[in-house]
Amino acid sequence: MAAYRLKQQLVNNMSEQTSQSERDEFREYCQRWLEENRPPPTKIPLPQNAYEVTFHDHRTYLCDWQAKCYEAQLIGTDVPQDYGGHGHTEFQAIASAEVRKANVPYFINWIGLGMTAPTLLIHGTEEQKKRFLPPIFSAEEIWCQGFSEPGAGSDLVSLQTSAIKDGDNWIINGSKVWTSLGAISSWMLLLARNDKDDKYNGITYFMADMAREGVTVRPIHKMTGESGFNEVFLEDVVIPDNHRIDDVGAGWKVAMSTLTSERGAAAGVGAVASSESPLTAVLQLIELAKTTKRNGITVWDDPVARDRIVNVYVRIEATMQNARRTRIKALNGGAMRLPLQGKVVGSEIAQELNEIALSVLGLKSSLYVGDEHAIDDGKWALGYMNTYTGTISGGSSEIQRNILGERVLGLPKTK
Amino acid sequence: MTQPRDFGFDEETGMLKDAAKRFLDEKRPLDQLRPHLAGTEDPYHGSAREAWFDQDNWSEIQGLGWHLLAVPENAGGVGMGLVAAAAIQEEIGRAACPTPLTGTLQATFVLREAKADKLLSQVAEGTSMALAIHGEDGSLEPDSTDVTANGTSLSGTSWYVQDIHKVDKFIVSANSEQGIGLYLVSAGDCDLQGDKIVDLTRDQGRVVMNGVEAEVIAAPGEGAEVLSRSLSAILTLLAADMVGAAEWQLQATTEYAKVRTQFDRPIGFFQAVKHPIVNMMISTDETRSLVYNAACAYDHEPQDALRCALMAKASASETASFCSNRSTQLHGGIGFTWESDVQIYHKRQMHSQFLHGDASWHRAKLAELL
Repeated sequence: MAAYRLKQQLVNNMSEQTSQSERDEFREYCQRWLEENRPPPTKIPLPQNAYEVTFHDHRTYLCDWQAKCYEAQLIGTDVPQDYGGHGHTEFQAIASAEVRKANVPYFINWIGLGMTAPTLLIHGTEEQKKRFLPPIFSAEEIWCQGFSEPGAGSDLVSLQTSAIKDGDNWIINGSKVWTSLGAISSWMLLLARNDKDDKYNGITYFMADMAREGVTVRPIHKMTGESGFNEVFLEDVVIPDNHRIDDVGAGWKVAMSTLTSERGAAAGVGAVASSESPLTAVLQLIELAKTTKRNGITVWDDPVARDRIVNVYVRIEATMQNARRTRIKALNGGAMRLPLQGKVVGSEIAQELNEIALSVLGLKSSLYVGDEHAIDDGKWALGYMNTYTGTISGGSSEIQRNILGERVLGLPKTK
Repeated sequence: MTQPRDFGFDEETGMLKDAAKRFLDEKRPLDQLRPHLAGTEDPYHGSAREAWFDQDNWSEIQGLGWHLLAVPENAGGVGMGLVAAAAIQEEIGRAACPTPLTGTLQATFVLREAKADKLLSQVAEGTSMALAIHGEDGSLEPDSTDVTANGTSLSGTSWYVQDIHKVDKFIVSANSEQGIGLYLVSAGDCDLQGDKIVDLTRDQGRVVMNGVEAEVIAAPGEGAEVLSRSLSAILTLLAADMVGAAEWQLQATTEYAKVRTQFDRPIGFFQAVKHPIVNMMISTDETRSLVYNAACAYDHEPQDALRCALMAKASASETASFCSNRSTQLHGGIGFTWESDVQIYHKRQMHSQFLHGDASWHRAKLAELL
């Protein structure tokens, strides 16, 4: 028995070693490819995040870039070849990490990659996976998400958009709001209510063709002036039953499973929605403080300002170390404790960082995008306002804290 | 050298940490401490608090070998690194255990940095130690000592020495014309003057030396360098203790919020209670990740150890302050009483926050590296 165990251990070690060298090789390949294929900058700078893309030239540029990365196996890396993937094992995390590090453009189809693909991989039929996954990877079909409604935000389960069965079809009526990329999407992930009397088990998950009759998209301007998100009106829109995901009435369960594992699942197929890592951002902030002079000294030489900046630096390092600790079972405090903190912590630190940048700039922070004297083309004020996307969308920080309190600490549920 | 992704936290370290948790859960050091606090509560009229620690507990800890786990093998130890020591220290903090182990682990890393193998074997043989490196102003710069060395004879006073009545020997930093040196003195040769302190789980005081004969750890002129290299380990161990205590504060407050009923509901139902508890968890987890990163850096990437340790202790001080504040507040009146263990952890954290520098000092030091 002992000899068997020892042999088993040796076999394990060996396979570990082989795959380690394979992983190193793949990492080097990714680095080399990204270095050699970095696209030239756009004439008009890209928005800070993928969800703000509206401009036609940006769209073409970003779709081309994503298609190229897909071809280079940086997207869909671990997905089976039958579904348009590249069929590797444990390579996606490497590719995504290198994409993030390389400071290249983000992937425009981040909802398709981050939500549709993982949802289909878990809940989709064979036919759905074969039909829908390849054009998600290649960015031939852009996706948006139709969850929130005017009357259903944090309390998402009270959504009212109706789905009524009509032969082999469903008839959809209602409206969705805060729909990022809605204006340029081919498809929408749609939650609609098939049963008014069953709050949790009366919701069904669909894929809606945005080109169908009855779909109207109206852009909403945010406080930044950008209009990446939209209102979507659905009037007698017909959806064939084979565009339903999972069972009738299973929509809430499916949506929650993908929301919870959103980050992990998104990383699983290669979604990268923002091209700037928090570490890059804080190093830029330090540089900004060192080069901004006021009242005869640099802001970095003001101990109060410096203390705040270093505090954010420490917290960003902590989030990176949290990601590392997540994988150590003996140290992670349970499988979901750290992953469920990722969104609320990351978005709040980003907000604090950008807010500090405004105080580093002082009155210069009033100069906005397009002003010839604006520092970094006004990106700090824009960035600060955009951080509210992080703290509000996809479950606000308040909802995240409910989830953490209830699912991780076992506190009584707030319903 | 780069750090291993898993913090170098191997199976053996995991087993050690689990065993430590089980041992301390069973021994319940605070229950042992309680009877010795009786009658000392009143700061004006109560009797003086006698320095106390559980000698049996210390013997059992030595039996388990925790005191020698970071001592190199050639000096009779187990030869494990700071990751293992921090794992044990985290459990000590979780139990708020009064023990000479804390100082002894810190001393071990100072002796390792000084390559004092002969003295390390004293640790392996069971000698407990504490650091006596502060002057009266509590400054952390190594040259702040109020002790002077004349050859191997030390005179002066070391301030804020932890666990002063628990340990056998002190590592003293002392000045002379050739610069700072580090020395080992026996507690029995010194005049020990206990401070009256807020923290009930530690003893603190002044080590007064009047021509005390010492063994040399680091020669005059070399002590400051040894101390600053050891600082990474000292800060990391302390931060590990604080994150363990913060985890206790988080768990105790969570449990209380589940059982304490007001307005016909457990108070944990209310978001005004639930959300701050979640914030305690977020803060604790940030610190814990930075602690293991710092410990791993010390073991595997020493050129980055100081940056990582400064981050760990800066974060630990914020976490200790926040979790102490919220644990007392959310326990309501009961957490404010002497009877509750919440106050014991709160006061241990208040003390730890300022040991070896507070958060803003560490951030200022960190800024110099950025």
